[in-house]
Amino acid sequence: MISLLPRGKTLVLHIGIVLALLALNFILPEYHRGVFSRVLVLAVFAMGYNIAFGYTGLLSLGHAMFFAAGLYGAGLTIYHLDWGVWPAFAMGLAAGLALALLVGALALRTTGVAFMIVTLMFAQVFYLTTLYFTTYTRGEEGLVLRQQARVLAFPGGALDLSDPSTRYLVALTLFTLVLGAVLFLVRAPFGRSLVAIKENEERMRMLGYDVFANKLLSVALSGLVCAASGAAYAVLFGYVGSGFAAIQYSILPLLWVLLGGAATTLGPLIGTLLMFYVIDLASSHTTAHLLVVGLVLIGLILYFPKGIVGTIRERWAPWLP
Amino acid sequence: MAAVNPLLSTNALSRSFGGLKAVEKVDFSLPQGQTRAIIGPNGAGKTTFVSLVCGRVAPSSGTVVFDGSDISRMPAHRRVRAGIAYTFQITSIFANLTVFDNVALAVQRRLLGDRQHGLSSRLLLKHGLDALERVGLGDRAEALAGNLAYGHQRLLEVAMGLALKPRLLILDEPTQGLSDGEIESFIALVREIASEATVLLIEHNMDVVMALAERITVMEQGRILAEGTPDEIRANKAVQQAYLGGDA
Repeated sequence: MISLLPRGKTLVLHIGIVLALLALNFILPEYHRGVFSRVLVLAVFAMGYNIAFGYTGLLSLGHAMFFAAGLYGAGLTIYHLDWGVWPAFAMGLAAGLALALLVGALALRTTGVAFMIVTLMFAQVFYLTTLYFTTYTRGEEGLVLRQQARVLAFPGGALDLSDPSTRYLVALTLFTLVLGAVLFLVRAPFGRSLVAIKENEERMRMLGYDVFANKLLSVALSGLVCAASGAAYAVLFGYVGSGFAAIQYSILPLLWVLLGGAATTLGPLIGTLLMFYVIDLASSHTTAHLLVVGLVLIGLILYFPKGIVGTIRERWAPWLP
Repeated sequence: MAAVNPLLSTNALSRSFGGLKAVEKVDFSLPQGQTRAIIGPNGAGKTTFVSLVCGRVAPSSGTVVFDGSDISRMPAHRRVRAGIAYTFQITSIFANLTVFDNVALAVQRRLLGDRQHGLSSRLLLKHGLDALERVGLGDRAEALAGNLAYGHQRLLEVAMGLALKPRLLILDEPTQGLSDGEIESFIALVREIASEATVLLIEHNMDVVMALAERITVMEQGRILAEGTPDEIRANKAVQQAYLGGDA
């Protein structure tokens, strides 16, 4: 029987992973809990990138700007305007969404290599802009948000986001919300349309789809999720700097998604986590840790071109979403 | 009104590629409910002509009128929503999606435009499986489309067209590469479709054309050479010459 909702196995797996991550909060040593908090936030970045790249086939080299739009949207309003965490976070989302709509509307007039270059250029413009307004952003050096400003207010109380356990749980909450949304999206008609556009645009047009509008929606959604990750990063880790807008942060989500498996729901998490620990391990033994990362990637492309989860899906578990 | 006005008409429709006049000043008219075949030698401009009708190719000059309104400047995806469905000459299904997902893409797009019912999982499932049943692929819904046999892929292509519930269904060489047995069931399928939609068929196989078409339009070198009932076309001297090597 054809099912339009996540089936039993899929649902159990995803809930199981979230529960396992929840348990880790109470098991992991302090250092690794910190790493996992960061990975959870950045995995949201990767999931956002995956919507455009994995599902819709839009190879963007400029997603750092959406992450950074969220980061700065939240960070600058807290630092300079003393906004609370909620409105600052909303500002981060709004900044990312607006930027994604603008850049998408222009960049989607191109395809393929031209699209890569155009998104790269827009991201460079964004990066240089953060340096240009160094009076407000303090450029590469960045801004550190005061601990008192990083408090998530609720009607019944408040959460101190600089507390390691709270930070982990807030990161996990955001991760879970986005994972659930992506899981729903890929089963929904819109998700089906995106995958089909990736496969055959012309056929989609002849089925009555406005391909441009669908791609723009995909970029907007992708930018919004990446901005959520950036805004969360600002309020959880209290640091906002230009480094996050640099080209490196456009390449990283691509690598995380490729490593974990493009167009899979769990690939972004697995990819981000592994890459983090590969870099962590390598840099504790050698200063040439990027060399190790490079070798891992070459091995990956040669033996697992579909990424880890993609390969598992292909060989053993075709039901994986 | 529909009986008086044709569902589709073109007026001096032309398209040239560089110096080549692929379609030249074609006046064409198709009444509602008719099954029409377009035949002609290779390079006669048949595919270009239907591409102009469905919007895949923009005209150099001339107009296309569908159901009383000028659609010459309308983008292809909106023409599809207006009721013109095109099935590709080269099989063009989504090979990495399941058979059901392929038709579901057509169904969900149609339901999005359906103000009365709207898009729901129940209707998506129902109409998707209906379209597959009609072409005989009901039991293959969960297979990957790319794993289907070639003949079944052609049927899936038609199912996608059907699922759009078009008013005008354009079939571009639908029986190419099919076995005799498959062609026979294909003819039966098109007959059934023709009972509720207007069908425009490009076809090389004359047995198929004679079995299905109420009227035939013959194209040659971008123009309409002749038009008439199958019997009239069979008897037409100019048509015989075009097909048998026209220089004589």
